[in-house]
Amino acid sequence: MMKKKLNIHSDGNHNVLVCQGTGCTSSRSEEIRSALEHEVNRAGLSNIEVDFTGCHGFCQQGPIVVVEPEGIFYTHVKVEDATEIVDSHLKEGKPVERLFYRDPVTGEAIPTYQEINFYKKQTRLILRNCGHINPERIEDYIATGGYEALRKVLSQMTPEEVISEIKKSGLRGRGGAGFPTGVKWEFCRNSPGEQKYMICNADEGDPGAFMDRSTMEGDPHTVIEGLIIAAYAIGASEGYIYCRAEYPLAIKRLRVAINQAEEKQFLGKNILGSQFNFIVHIKEGAGAFVCGEETALMASIEGRRGMPRSRPPFPAQSEGYRLVHQHWH
Amino acid sequence: MANPSIAQDTQVLPQEQEEIREKLLNEILSSYEGNEEELIPILQQVQQAFGYLPEPIMKKIAQFLQLPESTVFGVGTFYAQFKLVPSGRNIIRVCRGTACHVRGGARILREVEKHLGIKPGESTPDLEYCLETVACIGACALAPTMVVNNETHGQMTTKKAAEVLEQFKGK
Repeated sequence: MMKKKLNIHSDGNHNVLVCQGTGCTSSRSEEIRSALEHEVNRAGLSNIEVDFTGCHGFCQQGPIVVVEPEGIFYTHVKVEDATEIVDSHLKEGKPVERLFYRDPVTGEAIPTYQEINFYKKQTRLILRNCGHINPERIEDYIATGGYEALRKVLSQMTPEEVISEIKKSGLRGRGGAGFPTGVKWEFCRNSPGEQKYMICNADEGDPGAFMDRSTMEGDPHTVIEGLIIAAYAIGASEGYIYCRAEYPLAIKRLRVAINQAEEKQFLGKNILGSQFNFIVHIKEGAGAFVCGEETALMASIEGRRGMPRSRPPFPAQSEGYRLVHQHWH
Repeated sequence: MANPSIAQDTQVLPQEQEEIREKLLNEILSSYEGNEEELIPILQQVQQAFGYLPEPIMKKIAQFLQLPESTVFGVGTFYAQFKLVPSGRNIIRVCRGTACHVRGGARILREVEKHLGIKPGESTPDLEYCLETVACIGACALAPTMVVNNETHGQMTTKKAAEVLEQFKGK
């Protein structure tokens, strides 16, 4: 079975994808990428592109390098391994077995992504692009069908139809309360107030939780597209992403993504030729765990001490705010 | 607070330095409009420029935003990121989250404390280092972790922690 899998080498085109999430970056994956680029050039392989991606979610195996299309998954890669990966795998078609993932139970070397137990049972929705696309290139996101949902919403649906579709989908908040997202959007749409704001809560502070970080670092445009659609549904023209300052890489990639989305006119005035206007700001947290709570978060955005207040009134109804908890997987 | 082995705010500066500081502050403020919600971004930028929030500067920010000084001070003391005394150039953050704790984060912290001679929240007198703890940096697979400035170092041992600190000396 292994032999068959490894025998995909007919057209010769390959992508070598180096993980550059926070985990792999801290184990020198940027240097690994430079080394691979250097080796590919040295070997004169013009049909091979070395690129980087966001997090694969398997950081303990990092730094991770994936060779596509066959999905060969290299673990614990070192800078010194670049020569062997290029010479043996990319030139001669013999993947480097010593860098394969090893099953912790059987000790068997497993060559591809798809065959690793950790990934086998996963169906990725929110994280579908993480580890596959370059998060700093909007074209990659568009090529996977990105911003198509936005186009459809703006050209074919009213805000009310969007809300009813979200209700039908059964989407709920993932912050713990499981509040139906469509209902929250409707509250906000129907609340009085001239100016409404869309807030994306990325103040992820619970120890051991890093799904927001992975999404923002690995596929920032998916967050932005979702934000624009939700803003259209509730009638907001301005949005905030509140991200904790402990995530410098996530903030950097979001900034890049927002600039690109503005250039392509997915953000700004008359988005995609519609009447809808929307801009996004990034607010960096200043180190307060409690700011993940929505009323505290809004106090912080307004420049005050991030102290929660009691509810009701709920922000979605009283202040024209709408919070997206990003945990809506 | 009168511990001579940690950094303190001297407050009174020579006239000349005071002017340089004010000029820098005015440059920062020139990109803001004077709205209340700009307080936190201004404090963040000031802290980045000065390394901490000097009291006279906070008073000037209060004037600029037409806020009571107590409000500016209140925000400055609320958020962990803000420092009211000078802080070291290299910020060492040792993770004290659950995953790091289980894998010996406390030992790493003790090693760093021993190495630098300061406790979390303090800076060395030469203002080379300041030490902080953080609840989680979301890289639990690499536990125990520490972050120096913006660089994450994973799978720390007491030996590796000492090596990392040496690396940053004088940089």
